[in-house]
Amino acid sequence: MPKEVRKEASAEAMITATGLTKKYGDFVAVDGVNFTVTRGESFGLLGPNGAGKSTTMKMIAATSQRTGGNLVILGKDPNRQGPEIRAHLGVVPQQDNLDRELKVWENLMVYGRYFGLSRKFLKGKIEELLEFAQLGEKRNSKTEELSGGMKRRLTIARGLVNEPEILLLDEPTTGLDPQARHILWDRLFRLKEQGVTLVITTHYMDEAEQLCDRLMVMDKGKIMAEGSPAELIKKYSSREVLEVRFGSENNASVAGRLKGIGERLEVLPDRILIYEESGEKCLEQIIKLGLEPVTSLVRRSSLEDVFLRLTGRTLVE
Amino acid sequence: MSLINAAVDSAIAIAEKRKGKLGAGVYSGRPNVVLERGFYALKSSTWMVVASGFVEPVFYLLAFGYGIGQFISGTTDGNGSPITYAQFIAPALLATSAMNGAIYDSTWNVFFKMHFGKVYNGMLSTSMGTLDVALGEISWALLRGLAYAIGFMAVVTGMGLIPSIWGLLAIPAAVLVAFGFASVGMGVTSYLKNHQQMQWIQFVMLPMFLFSGTFYPLSIYPEFIQWFIQAMPLWQGISLIRGLTLGILDWAMLGHALYFVAMIIGGLFFTTRRLTALFLR
Amino acid sequence: MSLDVRAETQMTWVGAKKLVDPQVSIRYGAFFVAENRLRNMAKWWLSIIAFGLGNPSLYLLSIGIGVGSLVDSSLGANAIDHVSYLTFLAPALLASAGIQGALDEVTWPTMEGFVWDRTFFSMNSTAITGKQIVSGILMAAMTRCLLQVFLYELCLLAFGAISWQSIPILLLVSATAGFGFSAVMLAFSASIKDDDGVFALVGRFIITPMFMFSGTFYPIDSMPIYLRWIGWISPQWHATNLGRALSYGSPVEPWLQAIHWGLMLVLAVIGITWANRMFESRLAK
Ligand SMILES: Nc1ncnc2c1ncn2[C@@H]1O[C@H](COP(=O)(O)OP(=O)(O)O)[C@@H](O)[C@H]1O
Ligand SMILES: [Mg+2]
Repeated sequence: MPKEVRKEASAEAMITATGLTKKYGDFVAVDGVNFTVTRGESFGLLGPNGAGKSTTMKMIAATSQRTGGNLVILGKDPNRQGPEIRAHLGVVPQQDNLDRELKVWENLMVYGRYFGLSRKFLKGKIEELLEFAQLGEKRNSKTEELSGGMKRRLTIARGLVNEPEILLLDEPTTGLDPQARHILWDRLFRLKEQGVTLVITTHYMDEAEQLCDRLMVMDKGKIMAEGSPAELIKKYSSREVLEVRFGSENNASVAGRLKGIGERLEVLPDRILIYEESGEKCLEQIIKLGLEPVTSLVRRSSLEDVFLRLTGRTLVE
Repeated sequence: MSLINAAVDSAIAIAEKRKGKLGAGVYSGRPNVVLERGFYALKSSTWMVVASGFVEPVFYLLAFGYGIGQFISGTTDGNGSPITYAQFIAPALLATSAMNGAIYDSTWNVFFKMHFGKVYNGMLSTSMGTLDVALGEISWALLRGLAYAIGFMAVVTGMGLIPSIWGLLAIPAAVLVAFGFASVGMGVTSYLKNHQQMQWIQFVMLPMFLFSGTFYPLSIYPEFIQWFIQAMPLWQGISLIRGLTLGILDWAMLGHALYFVAMIIGGLFFTTRRLTALFLR
Repeated sequence: MSLDVRAETQMTWVGAKKLVDPQVSIRYGAFFVAENRLRNMAKWWLSIIAFGLGNPSLYLLSIGIGVGSLVDSSLGANAIDHVSYLTFLAPALLASAGIQGALDEVTWPTMEGFVWDRTFFSMNSTAITGKQIVSGILMAAMTRCLLQVFLYELCLLAFGAISWQSIPILLLVSATAGFGFSAVMLAFSASIKDDDGVFALVGRFIITPMFMFSGTFYPIDSMPIYLRWIGWISPQWHATNLGRALSYGSPVEPWLQAIHWGLMLVLAVIGITWANRMFESRLAK
């Protein structure tokens, strides 16, 4: 896509949600969220399991009707103009829903036909997509014979068959091995360069940092924070983190003596985290107190720290 | 490679073909694509299973028409002319073939696609509407019913069990019967949640098959049972087709045909509604 | 559920060495498997009973009484085998119920165990062996088989199709047919890698013709000679003919009766041997 077009269109809103709400019975899965995604942007939804990310994605995909608030996608109302909106979307659901009764290339062909694309156009398109997903050799396999990574790539390729304006990716790399994740990141980055608007949910912080221009952290259906990865780290964490271990018996008792060291202190059963501009300086202070950690580690603060700070360390199932 | 090029404009134009027209929210004019999918899937499935679906009524024809038939005499066509017992049950089994084919695809296969194959999730994440899906799937099921009916028709015609030339019309009649069963079958299936509930479909089908005047005229039942059976779709189908193969036409057949038209419309309506509720809520 | 990493956890620990007696599973493993299957079945008891009673009653009413009345009005009463058509039909329907009842409990559970849920592999990763799974499944299948045949007998009794005196012997005959056939089908199911409609084909080309062409609805000698072999090799016919002899005294030579029993038992032995081999080799894979 030519650069100037991208720039010119950059302020155009693709998705606008205001007070967007989804209730299942009495349960509020998405609780009045507001956000806007503009053309060519890569927008990330972060949050623990059950935060309401998939529900939000489904509403954007025009396959789940909102129960409150407003949602405009490409200037249209998903509750009434579902097929028209879906014509412009590419969807990669959290769970692959490839057609098990069809072969790899047939999955692409049939999915393209669902959009009403011609067979002639699709013949060429399928070749491009198979190459894109590195599945050329598997074209005649049944989808069950594919590995998890291959299935995911095929699902993504399938979502591109109509050359969508917006690509929705719900946890695109969960369950993949590191190689497969990196291949996917590379592919997604190329799409972004071509001007496709990406909406991605994930709970991998490295993924969010790699792929997203802007993030929204969700928890229990609400927005906890919004901004670019760097902004969020700056706002919700320190520059560095010091991790010290005194053995699981002693951490709690030692913690009392560490008061006043660092900007913020967090005591876990197995270690103590100290958030500070400089981790080394804190470590010196601790040693000066006559305490000897079993291990210590100074690292840069990451989105993960932001995430845990905002959504807590409690595991929700 | 270029992912955004000129072709996309035409693609979107096609995908939006019915934009702004009546029912654009549920129908985008492409149920035929569901049939295409069916053919692709059939190609790489165990087609023997599908192809052999019409043998069961053939076995019934052999075991009953010719087996028990030896012990049964005095069968008439309803106008008093004598016919063989095999000639009596053949049209009933033809209607049953059409029903079976339509029901196999519109119940178990639809159930599987709905809950395990996630096929409709995929379809409905594109610009397809729920009426496209319903109409497409029902037509696919109907094709199977039609195929079985044609297969069975070939067998019974070869055996000389179709005495009347009107019997030719039994094929379009079988289409109607299959369409009706496919439509209602899919409608009902879309409301069922687990295997156990699905089994109950079988529990309705079996008595319908056994009691709808398949093996003997309704006259052996007390009157209130006759009324009940006459309200059942298979009896309607059997009466329609038996009239044609035996060449005994009357106005009631129009009623039977209308019965199936009503089934078709009702099934489509409920299926579309239910698909919307299941996949687009 | 909400789980906090900061929460303390406690777990008691005796150790398998003290906790588990290997002799127990060597002795009772098969019963554990059977118990597991029966518990599973118990979840669907209502369907099992409804189908167990419903299907036969429908056939009875439709074929037994409906078609029976056509036969009677054509040939006069008691024309076939010197009894009413219903009485003639009853042992055949019972044999079919026995076969079907056992069959349902060996085919799907085996697919589930090896392919869908792979439960057999998890059983096998405890102290339970392949042979014990085979025995357990057959025990559960026979429980279902006996129950289903018995319910069917009550139905037939109510319609006056059998006498109460013949209940035990018909139960034995029908269950033996179910046992022989399901043992073979158990082994066959264990050899299937992927359903792909195999059972639909088996149903269509083996079970249905076996039901219809085994002298079920009319004496086997009124079939053309080139079709009679279907009866000769099917447990359905052996059980039907035996049942007719032992319930209402249909004339069957003692040597033929011996063959009927023998064939069903041979099937059982072949089936169990084959199933044991299949299970052990597949679990070891
Ligand atoms: N169809 C549904 N019916 C009822 N509750 C649902 C349904 N789908 C999701 N939920 C609930 O809504 C909440 C948010 O789910 P989801 O959007 O899938 O979370 P996430 O994708 O962030 O993990 C969860 O508590 C989930 O249990
Ligand atoms: Mg999710």
